[in-house]
Amino acid sequence: MRYLPLTPDDRRQMLGAIGAGSIDALFVDVPKSAVLDGPVDLPGFAGELEVERELGALAARNVAAGSVPFFCGAGAYRHHVPASVDHIIQRSEFLTSYTPYQPEIAQGTLQVLFEFQTQVAALTGMDVANASLYDGSTAAGEAVMMASRVTRRSKAILSGGLHPHYVQTVETLAHAAGVATERLAPAIDAEDAVIAAIDGDTACVVVQTPNVFGTATDVTKIAAAAQAAGALMIVVTTEAVSFGLLKSPGEMGADIAVAEGQSIGNALNFGGPYVGLFACKEKLVRQAPGRLCGETVDADGRRGFVLTLSTREQHIRRDKATSNICTNSGLCALAFTIHMSLLGEVGLRKLALLNHQQALKTKIALGSVKGVEVLTPRFFNEFAVKLSKPAAEVVEALAARGVLAGVPYSRLDPHAGLDDVLLVCATETVTDGDIETFKTQLAEVLA
Amino acid sequence: MSMNSVGRPTTPQAETAAGGFASLTGGRGLLQDEVLIFEMGGWSKTGVDLPEASISADELGDLVRTDPIGLPGLSEPETMRHYVRLSQKNHAIDLALYPLGSCTMKHNPRLNEKMARLAGFADIHPLQPQSTVPGALELMDRLAHWLKTLTGMPAVALTPKAGANGELCGILAIQAAHKARGDDARKVVLVPTSAHGTNPATAAFVGYSVREIAQTDDGRVDLADLEAKLGPDVAAIMVTNPNTCGLFERDIVEIARLTHAAGAYFYCDGANFNAIVGRVRPGDLGVDAMHINLHKTFSTPHGGGGPGAGPVVLSEALAAYAPTPWLTYGPDGLVLQEEAIGEAAGAFGRMSAFHGQMGMYVRAYAYMRSHGSDGLRQVAEDAVLNANYIKATLSDLMSPAFPDGPCMHEALFDDSWLDGTGVTTLDFAKAMIDEGFHPMTMYFPLVVHGAMLIEPTETESKQELDRFVTALRALAQAAKAGDTDRFKGAPHLAPLRRLDETLAARKPKLRWKPEAPASMAAE
Repeated sequence: MRYLPLTPDDRRQMLGAIGAGSIDALFVDVPKSAVLDGPVDLPGFAGELEVERELGALAARNVAAGSVPFFCGAGAYRHHVPASVDHIIQRSEFLTSYTPYQPEIAQGTLQVLFEFQTQVAALTGMDVANASLYDGSTAAGEAVMMASRVTRRSKAILSGGLHPHYVQTVETLAHAAGVATERLAPAIDAEDAVIAAIDGDTACVVVQTPNVFGTATDVTKIAAAAQAAGALMIVVTTEAVSFGLLKSPGEMGADIAVAEGQSIGNALNFGGPYVGLFACKEKLVRQAPGRLCGETVDADGRRGFVLTLSTREQHIRRDKATSNICTNSGLCALAFTIHMSLLGEVGLRKLALLNHQQALKTKIALGSVKGVEVLTPRFFNEFAVKLSKPAAEVVEALAARGVLAGVPYSRLDPHAGLDDVLLVCATETVTDGDIETFKTQLAEVLA
Repeated sequence: MSMNSVGRPTTPQAETAAGGFASLTGGRGLLQDEVLIFEMGGWSKTGVDLPEASISADELGDLVRTDPIGLPGLSEPETMRHYVRLSQKNHAIDLALYPLGSCTMKHNPRLNEKMARLAGFADIHPLQPQSTVPGALELMDRLAHWLKTLTGMPAVALTPKAGANGELCGILAIQAAHKARGDDARKVVLVPTSAHGTNPATAAFVGYSVREIAQTDDGRVDLADLEAKLGPDVAAIMVTNPNTCGLFERDIVEIARLTHAAGAYFYCDGANFNAIVGRVRPGDLGVDAMHINLHKTFSTPHGGGGPGAGPVVLSEALAAYAPTPWLTYGPDGLVLQEEAIGEAAGAFGRMSAFHGQMGMYVRAYAYMRSHGSDGLRQVAEDAVLNANYIKATLSDLMSPAFPDGPCMHEALFDDSWLDGTGVTTLDFAKAMIDEGFHPMTMYFPLVVHGAMLIEPTETESKQELDRFVTALRALAQAAKAGDTDRFKGAPHLAPLRRLDETLAARKPKLRWKPEAPASMAAE
């Protein structure tokens, strides 16, 4: 058992020091009826080679995104991550460290969080950001709960452009806590409907841009309408690279900006772990969920960083806390910060434009195929098309031909009646050859 | 034996720094001061080579961002050096024992990291066709099988993203079950005073009021108080077992019986499952729901605070209320059911986008396979043995909070032994840093005054435990001998001295901002 250092002789000596006759004597408080006599019915231990073989075989049964022309987005994005990012996050001092509750020996993690918070605030155009949440969808749920606390109102309006998984996540939290949600009908570009839905009970409006259909929207008017009615404006972004090209949530009047940060520094990982970005106006920060890192000084007056405003948190405030969260996505936030540091503003803008370019090329290519109608008017790196056949069938047929063609909207929301809608995403990882293959294969499948 | 040969200084130049020597540049020998990336001046730089785009963003018109974002870029060598230097200011389990009570820090095998990075796991999209990811679904199913078998529970929800998220999942399932049977009168969740803060926070977050249950003198749930507080308004009880005092709840079966008799459900905080894995199945104790912190029991790395993963095992009574998505067997094999249909529509919905923490599932499963059934049982035994060894070897100098009987995976002391020394619990903890150890958990659980909670875990050798005990004994003797300077100024040998946490909270500075130009400052 290579991970267990005690030898039988150690165990004997230690039991002697304790004064216990056997290991069973240490489990004396367990009710006899509940003690297992022997091992549970599972396989015995496997050596390193054996584990590699088993997991390697499982991994090999999946089609890796990098092995085929790949056009899936809808909240999770494939980008190239520089090799140095994964190298640094695997350093023992980052990988195997604990939550930085002892700041004197956790300045590495804490300074990274301070840099992360600054980057996220700058990207979203907000005053302050926290040290990350689980992912974008749970961050959206936390934002709605926070808005309800701040406004003391109990209704959230969810735009029809909000990712259906985000809708469901928000609904789960909100309904359990007695906050009502009003979800508007899915629509490619109908954010004005949000304005019409705002009333005196509205705690917040939740609008996504670019939305789940890819539509990039200026939400300034919605923010103004929400704020005039005493509600908070929550802007959701699932593709963080878009911050490099599009107006920021803050610039458009958001009170709270939440985003999925997976795009920067983090792999697809079949949906997790990801990293939730959460930023807000300064005046709201004491109602914010999650961890915050702040600057301070040590006993010698040297600059240092600590976790702060912990009186909001569950370990101090218990049932009065702003959330039950006691962790962040530390390592994913580290990956985000390193990748972002490498990109810089210059690199991020370039990367964003490249994404936009490959998506435009894909739109033009697919738009020329018979049976394809492009629906999204203005988009960043993702758009919706209407197909002449059910999108799920087309995607399966293309998968069989070695193309991962995108996400059928019906996969996210089977009851919307949008079975012919396909969400297509192209990032910098998509080559012109991939686009050509996609176009050719799609034409054959739709023919 | 001198102190420094016992502990490990955390900086190469520690002794000179402690002697009051100051370098000319502010660094401490090879441990250099490291400015923020925003202070490096890389406003026009990038460390990523990208092709030039051949288009402009004209189609986006006025949606295009025109303001400067305010992000510096670093070349690749600058990036490596910056973050490697920062890493040197961190303590980590790969450096030394991390004796944190209730927050298990055990060895993180790199095999798990290697497996999680296989392209077939890391480079797959959550929404690519299910027919293209049978291996991923199979892995999730095998993980689920192991978790169900180890806990003796019939169902598991894999998706919760951390322990506290798992608590939320369990409480939401309980809420959904009450609702399904039309029982709307239950508005209260009972929580022992010793509970993790996440327990009351979770209950309150979904609209329950929290009622505390008292604790007995021997550190367990007070059964009489529990009985008095159970009633038709109680939805659930949340009990940590083994509890945060490091003790097994002897009356756990009776607690479950009373809870069920009152029509409530039994939520078990499984944060300390590592103490009993392979030896006790929570299902046999009457538990209805329990989250399992994969990082604790199955060693997924803590990563400076996360990401975590908190799968929740569910009893027969709650199985129908698991959140989506879940795995089922279809005619063509495993299917990920992404939407609740039919009878399952009583479920409460979705906890997050997609399918949970796949990367953590791979790591945890690799760890489970590496131990096997027999090895996991040994894990619990060694974790408990190591904790009791710590307790036995420190009890003559420090005061164990519950001296009678064995502890489970962690040893709890109080600070009464420091009375009259002028040394506080915090001082003592910070002095541990100078001896090369991460401080223990302090002031928790709240039910013990000046708590000092030590959890060694099963991946510490006897030699390492002996080094730790030697250091703590030396410190305890120094405190009792009146060597208060050693403690008041601690840590002396860390990258930074003690940090002013009050200042940080009073004047929150949560991001870097450019210095105002001198001309503006003068006005």
